[in-house]
Amino acid sequence: MPAGPGGVRGAGGKGRRARPVARAGWPARLATVLKYLSLVAASVVVLLPLGVVLLTSLKTSDELARGGGPLSMPDDWLNFANYVTAFEKGQMAEAAFNTFVILIVSITGTVFIGSAAAYAIDRFSFRFKKLVVAMFLFATLVPSITTQVTTFQVVNQLGLFNTRLAPIMLYLGTDIVAIYIFLQFIRSIPVSVDEAARMDGASALTVYWKIILPLLKPAIATVVIVKGIAVYNDFYIPFLYMPDQNLGTVSTSLFRFKGPFGAHWENISAGTILVIVPTLAIFLMLQRFIYNGLTQGAAK
Amino acid sequence: MTPTSSSLRRVPAGAATPQDTPQARRSRRKGSSRGRQALTPWLFLLVPLAFLVTFSYVPIINMIVYSFTDWDGVSPDYAFTGVENYVEIFTRPELFKVFVASLYYLAAAGLQIALALYFATVLSFNTRFRNLFKGILFFPYLINGVAIGFVFLYFFQEGGTFDTVLGLLGVGGEHLWLGDPDLVNFSLAGVSVWRFLGLNFVLFLGGIQSIAPELYEAAELDGAGRWQQFRFIIVPSLRPLIGLTAILAISGCLSVFEIPYIMTGGAGASETFVIQTVKLAFRFNKTGLASAAAVVLLIIILLVTWLQRRLVPEERAVA
Repeated sequence: MPAGPGGVRGAGGKGRRARPVARAGWPARLATVLKYLSLVAASVVVLLPLGVVLLTSLKTSDELARGGGPLSMPDDWLNFANYVTAFEKGQMAEAAFNTFVILIVSITGTVFIGSAAAYAIDRFSFRFKKLVVAMFLFATLVPSITTQVTTFQVVNQLGLFNTRLAPIMLYLGTDIVAIYIFLQFIRSIPVSVDEAARMDGASALTVYWKIILPLLKPAIATVVIVKGIAVYNDFYIPFLYMPDQNLGTVSTSLFRFKGPFGAHWENISAGTILVIVPTLAIFLMLQRFIYNGLTQGAAK
Repeated sequence: MTPTSSSLRRVPAGAATPQDTPQARRSRRKGSSRGRQALTPWLFLLVPLAFLVTFSYVPIINMIVYSFTDWDGVSPDYAFTGVENYVEIFTRPELFKVFVASLYYLAAAGLQIALALYFATVLSFNTRFRNLFKGILFFPYLINGVAIGFVFLYFFQEGGTFDTVLGLLGVGGEHLWLGDPDLVNFSLAGVSVWRFLGLNFVLFLGGIQSIAPELYEAAELDGAGRWQQFRFIIVPSLRPLIGLTAILAISGCLSVFEIPYIMTGGAGASETFVIQTVKLAFRFNKTGLASAAAVVLLIIILLVTWLQRRLVPEERAVA
């Protein structure tokens, strides 16, 4: 547990809270009021745009045409007709399936590729090791969006264009952050653990599979979360590499709402909420892991 | 390192005989298995390196090569044109003016870091509903970019949510938040702050929580107030993290793409460097020129990173 000012809410925190009230009069109280005011204001700024979309998704097109304003309440709070339209006409079932396949394969692959690379780099000394590490390092500095022009040619020549393999391969190939998360974690596993197994005659592969990988579980959780969020939310790669109507992902299918639904904001809103709900559910379930995962993943 | 002593957990007690010392093992391994030993790491690196080369280095090298050609991306051959593409980028002002849009995002990033620092500090002290506020501030970062685009397309509509709220606050009128070239970049940069504030905030919060609580207690005994604690404890401890965030912000605002592309299609004043590059490559088939633009962006980002490494010496205080 991080023992910070937030973590010591018990004894130390109490003392801290009691002090300003006891000693200072209105300036401290004013500071407290301003603090909560700023927090509430920020919350309104975050929630208002989302809330309005939720309201709109429950209205009928007649209600919208009547012009009650975006902040007016829907007539029927249980009007889910727009969701049905968005789900069916927006091909959301297909999108969810494609996204799911891409997620599973690229996350699994990333875990194996990242941990294997980290294992080799940390546990062995070999020629050109410095060069290999430098190659991975440099690649993190290159923003992938700048190389899309030529990455496209590579994907095309490999015959992957308009297949689910295109994003999968790209997600696998460009994830160097995962290697760093694994590398940091492997360093904290004592070398003596795998030495013992080697003494028993285990091969390097067995050590990796039976000892390192199981011990890496917390790092794997981090990588799964960071990668999962990135893949679910990615728009550009599926947009560029899978333009096929049947190969939409959650992002690209939602993007296509722009055309056929034109100004039908009730349907677009419903589609938007459909895309956000899974994220919200995952966030509420895995809050703590997500915070930790992102803090580790981004500080690389 | 003495691997022998601590490594016997899985080995039966009797196995700790002298021939199992590292030296003995090494001499036994010599000979036949020496070659295999040297190959083993490459076995594990084969797939990762194949991916790295195919999807990072081949594109980078190709990009550099194409940047000196007039290739259109489709015809089978192309001619080398020297530095012509680069000359074109630096002499045609309309190709360079897209960096103006980046300035809005840069300013927004500064605001974002300041706000994140403020909220992280506030929430690291005792606050009611702390986790609720933390969750609300952070959640936008997790939302799908296309969904965010639509949420704010609706929000910024003429006579939409934003105009309505402004009306309630006494600021009347309807504005073309996304259509007016003077306003569009403010609107889009605002969306960027809305989206990314949460990540900065959570990173800073994590950094603040890893500060030893004794420091605050000692400071309090010395009579330091909140501001002094912030100024002399929190800011210095977060310096490496703030440096890292700043560099991410700079390279981030140079490569803005998703939100303007989804919301305005990168039309008019909202066009960014990356949107322009993508248009050059995929709409106007100017692969050579687009590659040169991408190389320029890459060099700028590498330069910024290098500068940051020089200015802020690596302090591995970040957990």
